[in-house]
Amino acid sequence: MSGAMLQIDDLHVTYRTFGKPDFAAVRGVSLQVAPGEVVGLVGESGCGKSTIARTVCGLEKPSGGELRFRGTPVKPLGVRRRAESQSRIQMVFQDPYNSLNPRRTVGSQISDGIALGRRLGGGNATVNDWLDRVGLLPEHAESYPHSFSGGQRQRIAIARSLAANPELLIADEPISALDASLQAQIADMMRRLVQDSGAGMLFISHDLAVVRLIADRILVMRKGLIVEEGPTEQVWTEPQNPYTQLLLASIPLPDGRGTLPGAPELEAKVAEMTAAIPTEG
Amino acid sequence: MMTTNVDTSRSAAGLEISDLRVTFRAPGRRAVERTLLHDVALTLEPGKISGVAGESGSGKTMTGLAVLGLLPAGARATGSIRYDGRELLQADARSMSRIRGRHVAMIFQDPSTSLHPMLRIGTQLTDHMRRHLGIGRKAAYERARELLEMVSIDDAAGALEKYPHQFSGGMRQRIAIAIALACDPRVVIADEPTTALDVTVQAGVLRLLRRLCDELDVAMMLVTHDLGVMSAIADDVTVMRRGEIVESGPRFDVLTAPQHPYTRELIASLPGNRIADPLEHDAASAQEEDA
Repeated sequence: MSGAMLQIDDLHVTYRTFGKPDFAAVRGVSLQVAPGEVVGLVGESGCGKSTIARTVCGLEKPSGGELRFRGTPVKPLGVRRRAESQSRIQMVFQDPYNSLNPRRTVGSQISDGIALGRRLGGGNATVNDWLDRVGLLPEHAESYPHSFSGGQRQRIAIARSLAANPELLIADEPISALDASLQAQIADMMRRLVQDSGAGMLFISHDLAVVRLIADRILVMRKGLIVEEGPTEQVWTEPQNPYTQLLLASIPLPDGRGTLPGAPELEAKVAEMTAAIPTEG
Repeated sequence: MMTTNVDTSRSAAGLEISDLRVTFRAPGRRAVERTLLHDVALTLEPGKISGVAGESGSGKTMTGLAVLGLLPAGARATGSIRYDGRELLQADARSMSRIRGRHVAMIFQDPSTSLHPMLRIGTQLTDHMRRHLGIGRKAAYERARELLEMVSIDDAAGALEKYPHQFSGGMRQRIAIAIALACDPRVVIADEPTTALDVTVQAGVLRLLRRLCDELDVAMMLVTHDLGVMSAIADDVTVMRRGEIVESGPRFDVLTAPQHPYTRELIASLPGNRIADPLEHDAASAQEEDA
């Protein structure tokens, strides 16, 4: 896949804690994201999906494998300023309550993104344009993050990261802190904005039902490994791996029929599979 | 609002909320009084799960807290909450603490904060039993072990000696459920009991709640924003918005034939009902094949 913008090959990330055995959070993951493509990475807590997000934007150091963005290896963030070309990877974090600076106005935080975007050859969209694109009003630019609801804050965080004109957007559980009625709407908006700008997106979530709406391809992770990978409809309608099947069977359907979610027979199978994977690295 | 409850002899053991109104005034002279709940009416019947749905800030949690007399300082409740012939809103602190945990119990959203991190599970499971039921340490531990078995925790006897951090999120929530059920309450308020859990774990806890409700014949109030969860285990659904009930009725009717525009909006916003433009998807996958 030469068309890939983000190329991850056999990535390993191990957390070392003094006095404890090493914990292998990611153990040999390969994935690609092409320009204009939305890749969904799905898994439950502790499966390593957030570690991948953090490694791609340089917050964690890989202990093995390769991580290339437009052909050059991604360097972990350090004391030195990062090459500006690598600022074309932007990230949207899970919790918009922590990812925005509480002491600066929304407008000034978005203009940071715009300034970076201009240096990287971005368009000349203004703060108001960005507020408009994410469904907020021009007068919101003068307010501070605390006066917004969770959904509005996440819109601001999305506007800020996209204003920096990224080629790759990493979204780590961007919707899980939001009300259910907003989740699909925000995810939809992210897909639209990312595709308009021609960027690629790695969308990480535990919610297969939402990822399905916006991803072109889905990767399912379990205990640091990718257990299933394929085009969205294929993963959704014909899951091959028992774990993916269990994930799908566990989603409660709002059909009003009182169907209890879950599949006990699959659970046993998955537990058996999981037991075979060691946790120590 | 009237509920279609005909069997009055059974509702006596449940809980009846009517005209519940909660007002809140922040400390300070200039603070204005705000109404958080407007005339909320809800009947909880034994063996039934009554779901309360709504977005954050709709007052669903506030309703649960009012039942237990756990409203934040500055909040005032009027109206009526009747349990077993008693008026809970009039009850003094002493009789309320005799009811709370014994007759009306609560399951909170996040088991990692609702369990005490420095006390063994055994202590947390027996404290209130010994106080409310007046049983000895040995009998309480015996019952605690049975409770853990009931919520499907392996090695129940060993689990009693452990601390909360030694369990996964799903197991902690099962323990929290066991604690809530320890004194054989007639009413259980479950406030977003599965929101903090993974979907595969959630499935197990939902099955457990449904089974316990059927077996123990408790009246359960299930507060959740997730209509999927609602559809899986609730018998009746009440939809709240800005402190008011906008719609209530049997699960199937509310979810498949919603009457109120707000309920319709909630249902329309569900992921399954918002499939992205199919053309856009096709174009994207065609591009992928080219790559």
